Amino acid sequence: MGETKSFVCVLCPRGCALEVDIGAPGPAPVRGNACPRGAEYGRLEAIDPRRSLTTTVATAFPGRPRLPVKSSGGIPLARLVEAARGLDSVLVDRPLRRGEVVAANLLGLGIDIVATDDLAAEELGDAMHGAGRAGEGA
Amino acid sequence: MLERLDRDVAVIGGGPAGLAAARAAASAGARVLVVEREERLGGILKQCVHEGFGLERFGEALAGPEYAAREAESALAAGAEARPGSFVARASREGGLFLLRCLRRGGAYELRARALVLATGCRERTDRQVLVQGDRPAGVLTAGLAQYLVNVQGLLPARRAVILGSGDIGLIMARRLTLEGAEVEGVYEIKAEPSGLSRNVRQCLEDFGIPLRLSTTVTAVHGKGRVAGVTLASVDQRGAPIRGSEREVECDGLVLSVGLIPENELAASLGLELDGLTRGPRADQSGACLAEGLYCCGNALHVNDLADYVSESGEAAGRAAAAYARGGPARRELLPVKAGSGVLYAVPQFLDLAAAGRGQVEAGARIYFRSNATLREGARLVLKAEGSGEVLLERSYRALRPPEMERVELELGRVPEGASALCLEISRKERGDGRD
Repeated sequence: MGETKSFVCVLCPRGCALEVDIGAPGPAPVRGNACPRGAEYGRLEAIDPRRSLTTTVATAFPGRPRLPVKSSGGIPLARLVEAARGLDSVLVDRPLRRGEVVAANLLGLGIDIVATDDLAAEELGDAMHGAGRAGEGA
Repeated sequence: MLERLDRDVAVIGGGPAGLAAARAAASAGARVLVVEREERLGGILKQCVHEGFGLERFGEALAGPEYAAREAESALAAGAEARPGSFVARASREGGLFLLRCLRRGGAYELRARALVLATGCRERTDRQVLVQGDRPAGVLTAGLAQYLVNVQGLLPARRAVILGSGDIGLIMARRLTLEGAEVEGVYEIKAEPSGLSRNVRQCLEDFGIPLRLSTTVTAVHGKGRVAGVTLASVDQRGAPIRGSEREVECDGLVLSVGLIPENELAASLGLELDGLTRGPRADQSGACLAEGLYCCGNALHVNDLADYVSESGEAAGRAAAAYARGGPARRELLPVKAGSGVLYAVPQFLDLAAAGRGQVEAGARIYFRSNATLREGARLVLKAEGSGEVLLERSYRALRPPEMERVELELGRVPEGASALCLEISRKERGDGRD
């Protein structure tokens, strides 16, 4: 009674062409994967596709107006755009390190949004438009 | 007084290639200075907010800025110095030293170095380099510029965009623009197959229902002051627009993702000849160019599709540059590497067989290559020694496509005496040969 879904694995640049048989009881058989992660991805993709969200949020600092962020886990694909809109109201107004949470439990999905770049205190002062000493002589 | 700095190794460019080179050279004990044009280290990765970097190098999928920050921290921790906000105005050679006139806010400085690593990355092909009729009103921009505006400046360059070219940055920008609330009318590719990675077609276009139209191009731009629309046309097998297939679509932005070209103005000013295929200097497996003490790595050498490989080539160049700066010139034994049938190009163009004796090559020499055609049903690569005809290496692939670079590693000890060159050849895999 099965159905076969075909799609490209997005986990790495190899981009394996996967085929997944769904509908039968038990873990769905996956073909075409070059690694075990592909099998796991294929099973989930066939029934509940999820994507990590990578985008930016606004900051209060004119020299660095956007801060890159990512989701801590996969967001249901159908809600990805909604999740991005949910970050429109976020404003980062303090220095932080990559990995720090900038928005918790997005859309009630239990997924956090974390910074993927540093926003260093020294950069946000006059150094932003100054001599650019960040990193020099460290 | 002009500020004068003396270093063992000067690295031009603080992106992933330059940072890896700086870290490797500093770890080898060299005094290293990275000259970086922008205010922050990290190069183009700072604006690549999407994930997927570092799968090879770190075993995890990092966002571009995360990868860049790690590399910058590790270069500085190894003892490399960096001068962001400065650039090389003029490079020359005097005696055994490179003389770099650098400018930055607050004044000029002169950097003298024994070895020079060029890690200047690549540039985008622009709207002047594709055949599109009409004016260039506001709203015509390259994918990388769109990426900078959206991801760094927080500006939306178009509300309804047409994307020309299916390179990875174009695909990624289709998703970014969609996530930021713009409409992407479609992605148009003049070739019969996508230029970018399959995974990006899937996760950047198909995920959002953005159409990809192959064998189609933009032939004209309309609008005064601001893009109002473009003319699209189907193309024949030679890429020429088919009369009668033209149609107009409304849009207020045309985003171009039509290729990258290694940036080598400094290399050219130092007299290096560029390879016509890669558009980068010809080099050996350490990135050592034909001029002594001069190294090139990353996208300046040839356009890569993985940052991980860029870092790897930076490391090799940094290590070799440090050895040269501290030990002086060494005897080289250069064997040409040729791109034979089925191969678009191979890098490096030479193997220095004497490098093994100097301990610079740890795991053999890495050879990067692209196929010149899409082989979906499997492909076979052979690396032969010219002269004896001996096959030094053989690999089978499930598929090879020009946009997807591959890499093999060769133990230098396997090269037979008397070989006049090495030659890479790719052929379609025979049915039923069973290997994978």
